[in-house]
Amino acid sequence: MSAQPLAPAVTPPTTIRRWTRLSAGFTSGFGLLVVAMIFVPIALGANTVQDMTTLLTYVLMAVMWNALAGYGGLVSIGQQAYIGLGAYATVWLAQHSVDPYLGMLLATVFCGVVAIPLSFLMLRFRGAQFAIGTWVVAEALAIWVSLDNALGAGTGTSLAQLDSYAPTSREHYTYWLTLGFTAFFTGALFLLLRSRLGSSLQAIRDDEDAAASVGVRVVAGKRILFLLAAAGAGAAGAMTLANTLFIEPTAIFSVNYTAFMIFMVLVGGLGTFEGPIIGAIVFYLMQNWLGNDGVWYLVVLGGAAMAFALFLPRGVWGTLEERSGLRFMPVGYRVQRASPAPEEPQ
Amino acid sequence: MSLLDIEALNLRHGLLEAVRDFTLSVAEGETVALVGANGAGKTTLLRAIAGAHRPSAGTISFDGVDVTRVAAYRRVQMGIALVPEGRRLFPALTVEENLLVAAQRRRPGRWTVDTVIEAFPMLARLRGRRAATLSGGEQQAAAIGRALITNPRLLLLDEVSLGLAPLAVEDVYRSLASVIAEGATVVLVEQDLTRAAAVADRVVCMLEGRIVLEGAGSELTREQITEAYFGLRRSQALDA
Amino acid sequence: MTWVNDVIQGVMLGGFYGMLACGLALMFGLMRIINLAHGDIAVLGAYLIYVVLEHWNTSPFVAILPVLPVMLLLGYLLQRLLLERSLRSGMLVPLLTTFGLSIVIQNLLQQGFSPDVRSLGAQAGSVATASWQITSQLSIPAIGALTLGVAVVIFGGLQLFLSRTHSGRQMRATAQDPDTAELVGINSKAVYARATAIAVAIAAIGGMFLAIRSDFYPYSGPTYLIFAFEAVVIGGLGGSLWATLLGGIVLGVAQTIGGQINPEYPVLAGHVVFLLVLLSPRGGLVNLRRATA
Repeated sequence: MSAQPLAPAVTPPTTIRRWTRLSAGFTSGFGLLVVAMIFVPIALGANTVQDMTTLLTYVLMAVMWNALAGYGGLVSIGQQAYIGLGAYATVWLAQHSVDPYLGMLLATVFCGVVAIPLSFLMLRFRGAQFAIGTWVVAEALAIWVSLDNALGAGTGTSLAQLDSYAPTSREHYTYWLTLGFTAFFTGALFLLLRSRLGSSLQAIRDDEDAAASVGVRVVAGKRILFLLAAAGAGAAGAMTLANTLFIEPTAIFSVNYTAFMIFMVLVGGLGTFEGPIIGAIVFYLMQNWLGNDGVWYLVVLGGAAMAFALFLPRGVWGTLEERSGLRFMPVGYRVQRASPAPEEPQ
Repeated sequence: MSLLDIEALNLRHGLLEAVRDFTLSVAEGETVALVGANGAGKTTLLRAIAGAHRPSAGTISFDGVDVTRVAAYRRVQMGIALVPEGRRLFPALTVEENLLVAAQRRRPGRWTVDTVIEAFPMLARLRGRRAATLSGGEQQAAAIGRALITNPRLLLLDEVSLGLAPLAVEDVYRSLASVIAEGATVVLVEQDLTRAAAVADRVVCMLEGRIVLEGAGSELTREQITEAYFGLRRSQALDA
Repeated sequence: MTWVNDVIQGVMLGGFYGMLACGLALMFGLMRIINLAHGDIAVLGAYLIYVVLEHWNTSPFVAILPVLPVMLLLGYLLQRLLLERSLRSGMLVPLLTTFGLSIVIQNLLQQGFSPDVRSLGAQAGSVATASWQITSQLSIPAIGALTLGVAVVIFGGLQLFLSRTHSGRQMRATAQDPDTAELVGINSKAVYARATAIAVAIAAIGGMFLAIRSDFYPYSGPTYLIFAFEAVVIGGLGGSLWATLLGGIVLGVAQTIGGQINPEYPVLAGHVVFLLVLLSPRGGLVNLRRATA
């Protein structure tokens, strides 16, 4: 950097705003949508309820992976650790006569707690070390679980305790809990990004060393995201169990879950708030269309992740946002010239 | 015809304009010294001529060929060599390896590992030493040798005396003087105004990315250069 | 005596891991990227050898000869078409790109070769089964000795290449300072492509040993990527190419000793050693970076 003064540009008066009329409308619309979705089980059939549960689980996974990579700059390939842990913790609690649904809540909290010591280990790393470090943790957990006979060892186990609920009400409860989790974690991220911490996270993502040099507490910010993403993935794991009722270690600790998350986030838009939700919807639709041919569907998935990373790194939503200047969910600030204010994507 | 033609060049670092609307021609065999305060854009300009910095506007022609979009490593093969600021030897390579790496795509000419070591005798006993273990003056000699070995038609020198002991500076310039005497075309950036004026046919003084004063090394007075250096003449120039 | 035996088995297994880690370390040292598809590329190499063996009744050690130039070419194209572009934009993009590539390779293999588990051990002949009985407790399997020998040759060859050839010097110079390398006439993109080609070809040799020593199937890659990466990180303590081989050996010994304690533990023991190395104050790759910078 040069210390040389620039010729002073004529700076027009600016205003810094967060909310636009559109974003205010959209955010309240989003809140209303969540409220409306509470009534899905009453209004729609059983198939729809289960499909919506799946979709909401995907949204939760995508939003949480994006919290880590998009806002913390931390590419994890090990989020399946918490998916598996959340599911197995639920099973373990149910075996110890905790109500399954209460168990899912506790398992979520448990994942967040487990992540605390892990964060001290993992956050020493960046880039590839972090990516593969988290992956090794997930692999080690999978082996550890598969050695435990009480948890069904390598052959897997089911959440039989859910049978005490009638099938219909079970589906409804599962749906509502998934909706609750998704709304809670998405809302928590939204508030987090709007807090002072949010601005420092932005700074970290833009330039970690520079942020540290002006006193931004880099590790603290990353740690909160790490814990949030762990708990969120744990919740998604518990909901996957509730939705499928059966799990086995290799499947629930499969790196494919992270592959799905990466796909959803890259397609929707890494580091955008709305992108992962869109990515989850795309992923859900793709799975319905291509799901019959599992292999080609995965080839498309990997290929699309590559293509988006290389050619459209901001994803569908990020690109749209860039071109149009629209922000539906205001997590950043916008600087505007005071006089006739054309929305400039600058 | 001139060897180097820079036409309306603009260079940026992000939003910062380092060099603005810069035009300069250097004739074959000429030695031009660029002087100016820190941040005047001299280093950026040399890096752009060498191809390490992509201009935002303007053209750079070398021997009549537009090289504005030519990659740095190809410009080396065309005959442009830069001795970068801070020497930038490959620290874990030996002195000889540093020379050999550059010699691989060398143009035909008189400079080889042996002739470079002849010109910088201090390198003889350092051939097998890792570059990181050399003193500043030794590193500078090796860095100049590494540029010469490509047999450049245009040699760009960025602050070769920076951080060196006075004696080492003498050594480096004595060796350079013979290179220049042989008719090499040189553009150099030098903080030491006296030395710049002594070695160069022409002195170009830059301020905030523009040329504010230009003249033959022997004709410009120290006062003139100093004024230009600190921008004292700028208001006059703007009035004129 | 069984401990001695375990350590010897572990050292030979470590040669195998070192071989898998070699290309990973080369690419990391040069470009600061970890190729997450590295394990799948090794498995792809195993499948290509399998294809050659279907048409030509010979040993895998011969069948790899036509495969190597194909892998060199694939590596060159991988760099030119994908990685070169991904390098331009920070460290997230190469990770995401190679992860996507990993999924594509696995599933194309699944599509092309079915999910069947295969092995090339039978075609390798007596090498795969022979062993020298030293004492009643101590025997050295031929394939283990051969693996370690080939690993030493690969690492030694690469070391010679890097220190004695023009191309190798260019690689070292580019690894140390890519910007200045361009200024002395080195085409860094070509250097990167050459390095990736070499890394991919070495991965194929690792894939051959993988296929002879044990089973493989289309999704084998990630497991071996993790082992290879663990070897690189553990070896990062030393900071040189040979240290990567040493890292592989530490991992191999940890796994065989873990397996001796409990047959279920070998992989877990390797992971634990890896995490302990990460925990240690001098921690892994950080050192490699400093040493090659």
